[in-house]
Amino acid sequence: MSILGTRVLRVEDPKFLTVGGTYTADLPLDGVVYVTYVRSPVAHARITSLDTSAAADAPGVIGVYTGADVDLAPLVGVMGMAPPAMARPLLARDVVRFVGEPIAAIVAEDRAQGEDAAEQVVVEYDLLDPVIDAPAAAAGGALLFPDHGSNVAISIAAMGGSTEPDPNLFDGCEVLVRQAIVNRRVAPCPLEVRSAAARWEADGRLTFWVSTQTPHGARNKVAEVFGLAPELVHVITPDVGGGFGAKVGGYPEELLVVWLARQTGRPVSWTETRSESMVGLGHGRAQHQVAELGGTRDGRIEAYRLVITQEAGAYPDMGSFLPFLTRSMLPGVYDIARQECIWTSVVTNTTPVVAYRGAGRPEAAAAIERMVDVFADEIGVDPTEVRRRNLIGNDRFPFTTPVGSTYDIGDYTTALDKALEAAGYAELRAEQSRRRAGGDRVAMGIGVSVYVEVTGAAGPTEFGAVEIRPDGSAVVRTGTSPHGQGHATAWAMIVSEQTGIPLDRITVVHGDTDLVPRGQGTMGSTSLQHGGVAVLEASQSVVEQARELAANLLEASVEDIVLDTGAGRLHVAGTPTAGRTWAELAEAAQSRGGLAAESDMTSQGNTYPFGAHVVVVDVDTETGKVVVQRVVAVDDAGRILNPLLVEGQIHGGLAQGIAQAVLEEVRYDPDGNPLTANLADYTFVSAAELPSFETVAMETPTPLNALGAKGIGESGSIGSTPAVQNAVVDALSHLGVRHIDMPTTPERVWAAIREARP
Amino acid sequence: MKVTITINGQDESHDVEPRQLLVHFIRDTVGLTGTNIGCDTSSCGACTILLDGESVKSCTVLAVQADGASLTTIEGLAAADGTLHPVQRAFHENHGLQCGYCTPGMVMAAVSLIQEQPGLTERGVREGLEGNLCRCTGYHNIVKAVLAAAAEVGA
Repeated sequence: MSILGTRVLRVEDPKFLTVGGTYTADLPLDGVVYVTYVRSPVAHARITSLDTSAAADAPGVIGVYTGADVDLAPLVGVMGMAPPAMARPLLARDVVRFVGEPIAAIVAEDRAQGEDAAEQVVVEYDLLDPVIDAPAAAAGGALLFPDHGSNVAISIAAMGGSTEPDPNLFDGCEVLVRQAIVNRRVAPCPLEVRSAAARWEADGRLTFWVSTQTPHGARNKVAEVFGLAPELVHVITPDVGGGFGAKVGGYPEELLVVWLARQTGRPVSWTETRSESMVGLGHGRAQHQVAELGGTRDGRIEAYRLVITQEAGAYPDMGSFLPFLTRSMLPGVYDIARQECIWTSVVTNTTPVVAYRGAGRPEAAAAIERMVDVFADEIGVDPTEVRRRNLIGNDRFPFTTPVGSTYDIGDYTTALDKALEAAGYAELRAEQSRRRAGGDRVAMGIGVSVYVEVTGAAGPTEFGAVEIRPDGSAVVRTGTSPHGQGHATAWAMIVSEQTGIPLDRITVVHGDTDLVPRGQGTMGSTSLQHGGVAVLEASQSVVEQARELAANLLEASVEDIVLDTGAGRLHVAGTPTAGRTWAELAEAAQSRGGLAAESDMTSQGNTYPFGAHVVVVDVDTETGKVVVQRVVAVDDAGRILNPLLVEGQIHGGLAQGIAQAVLEEVRYDPDGNPLTANLADYTFVSAAELPSFETVAMETPTPLNALGAKGIGESGSIGSTPAVQNAVVDALSHLGVRHIDMPTTPERVWAAIREARP
Repeated sequence: MKVTITINGQDESHDVEPRQLLVHFIRDTVGLTGTNIGCDTSSCGACTILLDGESVKSCTVLAVQADGASLTTIEGLAAADGTLHPVQRAFHENHGLQCGYCTPGMVMAAVSLIQEQPGLTERGVREGLEGNLCRCTGYHNIVKAVLAAAAEVGA
């Protein structure tokens, strides 16, 4: 029986459960000193004086550094596509552009001394007009970068698209609905905050420990910034306590750790506080949308337009690129003849926006799924029926959408049917009618979403290697960089399946650029379909080598050698006694360079997992409080390698998606002061606000890779958010409520009810 | 100030600053890094340990306040022969952890919750662990694990 598809418990767990992981802040480094950053308390200002003399004299302080000391080039964001005038200095120079921007770095013998000294840095500011509201930023007014001439960081014009709407897009539509939607800014909140340590070695190399999703990306970034050959940079990612997209790329605070180690000649370590993390780690989402959808009175959708103003934050980073991804998923699961997406990313005096679980795709799904409900409400047809009438049919794949995405394979109708059946949709509607008729103060709402997402976009390739040791064990090296996903278990399952070597004799190595030559890291729901396939290919190559070697040793022809995966032994077909174990073969291969193979797999293209979610909520019509009662999730990510890991990914995504829909929101006051800059003020979802989830498995393998696997890391956060939002609006539809922006907080819900009631 | 605190059965006597938090004593002074720090507002529970048998967020206690107390951290939860505590085993069997960062605090909070509330329900687990945040699991499998361990301990 194949081990693939079975619920194998994680090999990663024992350490975390008995002694805890080893995160970057846990590393014992001899002679280490600590960094404390002094951060801007104002959103937009000119620094008129910066006096570090008292801090420099404080106990334990080794050095205090400001932007004037840093001899490194500012960082040009969005993979170098952002305007050079918007480049980010590693420490602010002259002007600060968001609360939390680092303006000085203190290196001290211990952390407490650094924090004490930071309080003695005296900064005087000349306040500038803050730009907080993205539509206002787009309209002009105060500029963050006067040299650039506008607040626009990047727009669809840079991709060759038009920023002018097509005046004829909705010609002939019997019905046209329009809705302004804010997909609010949220904080990724990995439980482990950012952390990095650096040590320059005697031989001129650098060792850099960093909590990142992309060790090789970090290596290349450090090499670029410091003008080093990449092989001189040794990046190690110890255990990483979550990332969710926000730990992709290199932050100024991390790069400065390397620079400070060089300045001081000491190993330097930095771990931010949570309050720093809430303003320093990038935020997610932050899209202002205007959506228009047109169709026939009987529910056929004919045209769709989405105009996006994306908040990039103070310096354009990955966030300013998110609308590109939103556009790629514009029509969702629907066959819509005419569609248009116009987008502009603008800088504002806020924390930079980066990737966060889904990164641009949840924004697309939330928009189209909300608009389908608004349209259904307008024509008076059940929202599930409108969806059914417009889903892309199974016979249409591969299906290329008008915005140019080619969906590999899908079965959207079955996903919807399964979700409705598992939820008991008809019964739920009947119960809702009864409760409404009974005048229940607590209104019941039912929300549905059907979604598709693009995965596998982390890179066109991934590295994987398998080596059999003379003791018969296997070592796997992977370019992915797991931080909770369970690759050590999953990759071992793939190797075990191919070789018959038991799981407990397989070690997976990752997150060390000296041990793994290259890799894309872990992001974009890509690891299994690329990293897993690379490990599969390397395993198959090793088996092939072993068969040739066995044939040689047994004086048989290669075609006659079979692998008995049950026994972990290769032998001549029909003669089990004439065989060699993996250990014997690896030993024999020692003289010829060992039994090992590498793969740099080639991606055959992005994959498009899909699913349908049904959510049931209770909404108190007097207080506005929303309680999520049920979440039914059908998520199809192709062939399932380990249901335990897949469900874990779905659960996590669901929680984050639900949290965005009902609870979580990064807020600023009009002056740009963050109002949610710690975990007491930011409404991080807890167990008490969530139900247990009802997941329903569905497997439609992709034809694009040998595992048949698509990504599952982000699906939960893409399907759940609109389903929850639709459920809240549905609960109040009989009161005349047509739309409520996320998160549907009691205040927002209460206001919507008031507004709807005459 | 000199304090003596028993951690996982071992006496630890050290001079500490009066302002030192217990979590920093555990991590930096004693060197037990299994207990993590996830926030600075006593919101996340990553630093939860047992103090004289009851769960406490070790960032809410000064080291000097724990003078004379007996602590258990994740490193001291399993039996001396390595046998896992039912909560540790249940987290493994129910996939109750992913990145592992909240896990030590979550496990210690669960151990205490199970002791304090016989006959735990799902709602009881969810409310009992409200002060322990996890970003990876959506809590689903954590709740499942704690209920499984509670059933085993109560049986």
